[in-house]
Amino acid sequence: MAITFKQVDFTYQPGTPFETKALTDINLTIPDGSYTALIGHTGSGKSTLLQHLNALLKPTSGTVTIGERVITPETSNKDLKKLRQHVGIVFQFPESQLFEETVAKDIAFGPQNFGVSEADALKTAAEMLDLVGLDQSLLDRSPFDLSGGQMRRVAIAGVLAMQPRVLVLDEPTAGLDPQGRLDMMEMFAKLRRERDLTVVLVTHQMDDVANYADHVIVMDQGRVVKTGAPREIFKDPQWLVAHQLGLPKTTAFAQQLIDRGWQFDRMPLTEDELAADLIAQLPATAFGGAPTDDE
Amino acid sequence: MSPIIDVEHLNYRYPQQPADELTLRDVSFSIAAGEWVAIVGHNGSGKSTLAKNINGLLAPASGTITVDGQVLAEDTVWDIRRKIGMVFQNPDNQFVGATVADDVAFGLENQGVSREEMLTRVPAALKQVNMQDFATREPARLSGGQKQRVALAGMIAARPQILILDEATSMLDPRGREEVLATIRQMKAASDLTVLSITHDIDEAASANRILVVNDGQLKEEGTPAEIFKHGEDLIKMGLDMPYAERLKAALKRQNVQVPATYLTEKGMADWLWQLRSNK
Repeated sequence: MAITFKQVDFTYQPGTPFETKALTDINLTIPDGSYTALIGHTGSGKSTLLQHLNALLKPTSGTVTIGERVITPETSNKDLKKLRQHVGIVFQFPESQLFEETVAKDIAFGPQNFGVSEADALKTAAEMLDLVGLDQSLLDRSPFDLSGGQMRRVAIAGVLAMQPRVLVLDEPTAGLDPQGRLDMMEMFAKLRRERDLTVVLVTHQMDDVANYADHVIVMDQGRVVKTGAPREIFKDPQWLVAHQLGLPKTTAFAQQLIDRGWQFDRMPLTEDELAADLIAQLPATAFGGAPTDDE
Repeated sequence: MSPIIDVEHLNYRYPQQPADELTLRDVSFSIAAGEWVAIVGHNGSGKSTLAKNINGLLAPASGTITVDGQVLAEDTVWDIRRKIGMVFQNPDNQFVGATVADDVAFGLENQGVSREEMLTRVPAALKQVNMQDFATREPARLSGGQKQRVALAGMIAARPQILILDEATSMLDPRGREEVLATIRQMKAASDLTVLSITHDIDEAASANRILVVNDGQLKEEGTPAEIFKHGEDLIKMGLDMPYAERLKAALKRQNVQVPATYLTEKGMADWLWQLRSNK
């Protein structure tokens, strides 16, 4: 499901002394089936934009088109249920929204709100638990007895239970350890493949952008300042620094190598890409010994 | 130098745990005054429990904790807490003031610092973490990273002898994290501050003089950052990210390139690659 913004402005508390303009002239498309990363430093407007993706906020002027549905400043707050079902947002620290007695009931809460029977919702809950990589034995446990990483997966299962077409993730790995972060990011990649989802990821982790995204939107001071494929975005390190953004670790290191006289035909984004580019430039004496992996 | 923190044979069990299970098992180590020690380990390894034992928020099942010459016990806990400043991962759990400035001043009030003194210390601390423009704002309305800066400002103003950081930079972007680490280095240079930082962040761990690896409630290993970072791909099991040079080394090794076994910094990696290329 594609999402398109046309000339969107958004102002908080308009007409009051606290009036703050958060978004200015936003024009963008999140392509259907894409893995879109939304980046920008703190205060750039990412969170405000994110809340337009399922009409939690409506534009002050301009239009947001979500699938078939067009949201304008005049759109009524009624009748947005269908839309909210199609676009699932996983907010930061989603585990803080868990509240039910059991994992099964917590996951089933959303679908029941959308009119699904309790029995069907509980059946869906069991399926969702598989999808987020948790064991069925957890269904009858209290969500509050689980580890932080497990609680977060339960919260994500609750969003998936609504069968969204678009999954929006706001810094979904904050607070997890490196293994937990990796597992979580792999889980989203798998979900996207298996459920044919459009994914929108808000993140500060440029390595995740390099490893997973195929489309990037860069924001600064409430405006979209660049869109494109990751390699397009990361090829200009100075521009990124000027917008208070970092580089993927590989790109930063490749830049050090370029400064010392190495040349790369394309800007490497991941360590495997850089390794391949380096190997092409190394003499035969650099290789040897038995192969170190199973290839 | 005599240790400022000395932990001997520490065992800890949460009240709901069965009698044969321990969250911390026979943990012993000591930290010298002025040292910066990082504690690493994956989620659930017992790192935070250890930190909470050190300032008496949790009471051990057995073992001794000595801080600045005082054995931690019911009658010494308040003396010891005055010496320790603690910043948690989620500062929401520690804000009490109605404004950012009030919150930073709170710790000083508890220490009986005079009002005149507060009027200099509080703005100076906020300035040091780049939050001076937020002095009259409500702490709850700040972003995660801004909250972590305010919590740190509270510690800068209170000037503890020991600073414990429990994943205190986890919500910052890379640049914000570097700024906070630079602030801590300044604090250390200005006084003989001892820092104990619990972290998953490789840059924060690299800032330490020494790293303690905790796994499954036990102290598994200790060493300098260079000694610990040698573990390469196993670091991720220890709850740390791999340093970039180690990640690249692993990728080259997968392609059958003969790589050095010792730990390389990024500069060391760049030097080694250049040398390798020149060996034609």
